[in-house]
Amino acid sequence: MTALKYWQAVNTAMREEMERDPKVILFGEDVAAPGGSFGASKGLLDAFGPERVRDTPISEATIVGTALGAAMTGYRPIVEIMFFDFVAVAMDQIVNQAAKVSYMSAGGYAAPMVIRTICAAGRRTGPQHSQNLEALFAHIPGLKVVWGSTPADVRGLLKAAIRDDGPVLAIESLVEWSSRGEVDEAEDIVPIGSAAVRTQGDDITVLSWGGAAPKTVRALEELGDVSVELIDLRTISPWDRDTVLASVEKTGRLLIVHDAVVDFGVGAEIAATVGRELFGRLRSPIERLGALRAPAPFAPHLEDAYLPQPSDIAAAVRDLVRPSDNT
Amino acid sequence: MTITPTTEPTIAVDQGLELYRSMFRIRRFETTAGELFAGGKLPGFIHLSLGQEAVATGVCSALDDHDTVSTTHRGHGHCLAKGGDLQQMMAELYGKEGGVTRGRAGSMHASDSSVGILGANGIVGGGIPMAVGSALAAQLDGKSRVSVAFFGDGAVGEGVFTESVNLATLWKLPMIFVCENNGYAELTPTAVHLANTRIIELARPYGIAVEAVDGNDVLAVLAAATRAVERGRRGEGPTLLEMDTTRWHGHFEGDPQRYRSKEELRAMTDRDPVATWRTGLIELGVDAESLDAIEAEVAAEVQAAVEVVELMAPSRADELLRDVYPEGNRA
Repeated sequence: MTALKYWQAVNTAMREEMERDPKVILFGEDVAAPGGSFGASKGLLDAFGPERVRDTPISEATIVGTALGAAMTGYRPIVEIMFFDFVAVAMDQIVNQAAKVSYMSAGGYAAPMVIRTICAAGRRTGPQHSQNLEALFAHIPGLKVVWGSTPADVRGLLKAAIRDDGPVLAIESLVEWSSRGEVDEAEDIVPIGSAAVRTQGDDITVLSWGGAAPKTVRALEELGDVSVELIDLRTISPWDRDTVLASVEKTGRLLIVHDAVVDFGVGAEIAATVGRELFGRLRSPIERLGALRAPAPFAPHLEDAYLPQPSDIAAAVRDLVRPSDNT
Repeated sequence: MTITPTTEPTIAVDQGLELYRSMFRIRRFETTAGELFAGGKLPGFIHLSLGQEAVATGVCSALDDHDTVSTTHRGHGHCLAKGGDLQQMMAELYGKEGGVTRGRAGSMHASDSSVGILGANGIVGGGIPMAVGSALAAQLDGKSRVSVAFFGDGAVGEGVFTESVNLATLWKLPMIFVCENNGYAELTPTAVHLANTRIIELARPYGIAVEAVDGNDVLAVLAAATRAVERGRRGEGPTLLEMDTTRWHGHFEGDPQRYRSKEELRAMTDRDPVATWRTGLIELGVDAESLDAIEAEVAAEVQAAVEVVELMAPSRADELLRDVYPEGNRA
């Protein structure tokens, strides 16, 4: 076991996969000589050279489309789109092109490519630099969406994404960029589609991912008297139904927490599935906690009010697990 | 840089006949598809490339099997000229299991990995960056493979066109941008949608090699494509070829074309690329009977394909969910 910072986990995942497989290449804005806007690709240009590690123009659609063409003809590109918001610039190439290549070609072509992007929610970066847009991409058949909230998970999921034969959107949390965590270098793949049960509990399941996940961990500190089963979904699409359903079958309660706007979010999909599968076994309504229905505001006090905070999560848990219901 | 040919293109008779066969196959396929569509046999939309056959044939005749092409919603001709199987193509238009992409893609989205057809594309300009990626892979492989993007003058309005010209030139990729300038972006004349109707002038400032070509003269197309392919194979970077050509039918089958004058519609077939090359071959000494024989063979091939396809099973609905994710990585 080694302690790595979150960004170092991203960096070592790319470095080790590029060492393992010469077909893995990396390009994007500021990724080569500058080593990434936030340093995720530091040292990779020196290690692998200018053929495999390239700076690009600010052309998100063509960055993704170029990755797709290279993926269809033998490579495993990783491209970095600097902020999650900027992925919207490349929407056609992701939604209409990369996600559909396997299906449209009846399996004749595959697109083994990773779009890495960074979500800056919680860093006071304002409406076009801090959105949580995972629902847009989880909705598209043919795409997979992963989001590791710890160094071990961001590293293990990125490795799995690079080895996947289809397009994967790999989201990273800027707010966790310098957080440290233990990484087991021998067990370094996190299979896509596997959630992590962080704590075992009986009263309620609290499910989250991405930037919301560390906040649920902090909320637990205020909830010493409640037995919480905490799950980090880790893969948003395809999501780990078995783990979530098994947990809620045990606890009878589910709180879903995400930093994305609540309305039409991923939480709705999970709530609908759990509601149908476990109808009659729920001890309380399924509750969702997320951002307010507004663009992400810049001012610190506004952003704090906008995103769910640990105290909000703790309060929502207490509302659901009222003593009168807890029989 | 503008490429200026220094010699008149020449060609051996055998190769000339192959060009004729290729163009006539496209002509016959498209005409037949149009008739089948009008007769209610083909679902959805189809967009025909009648009048543009020389571009598909001339460019693809300069390519090897391992070179790749990305094409457009008007892509039947490119796929046939690149070596796509005619019967599988026809079956795809019908939505049959024997279609080249099992009826999932249809006319506007078909591909064939066995002959380097990355795909037709339902999004105008959408296939251009894909071709940049294939060219990047060719450059990294160190093989002398080239990548072609076919697109129309309409795609020049898309940001990815400009982005791709920039990136391919910057990285000196072995790529050929083939703009089929047929004077219309769907229903809108080029002068109404582009600030400069000469596509090469829009691209030239990026430093890409450019050449304007009579896109209805198959020999001129082949010669220009050969020069561009050789530049690519030698590692000298991309070329943009602007093919001046003519779209005989509407944007889609059924388009009444009210935006074109009667005079224009009447004069449209004056530059018929198939008839022009037939005359060219006769001037080279080929007898008319040989050309008639090719036409009869092609007509029989297309007819036979339709008969086989009519009897094929429809696409399997029980496998509708296959290949959403690559096999082995199912979600």
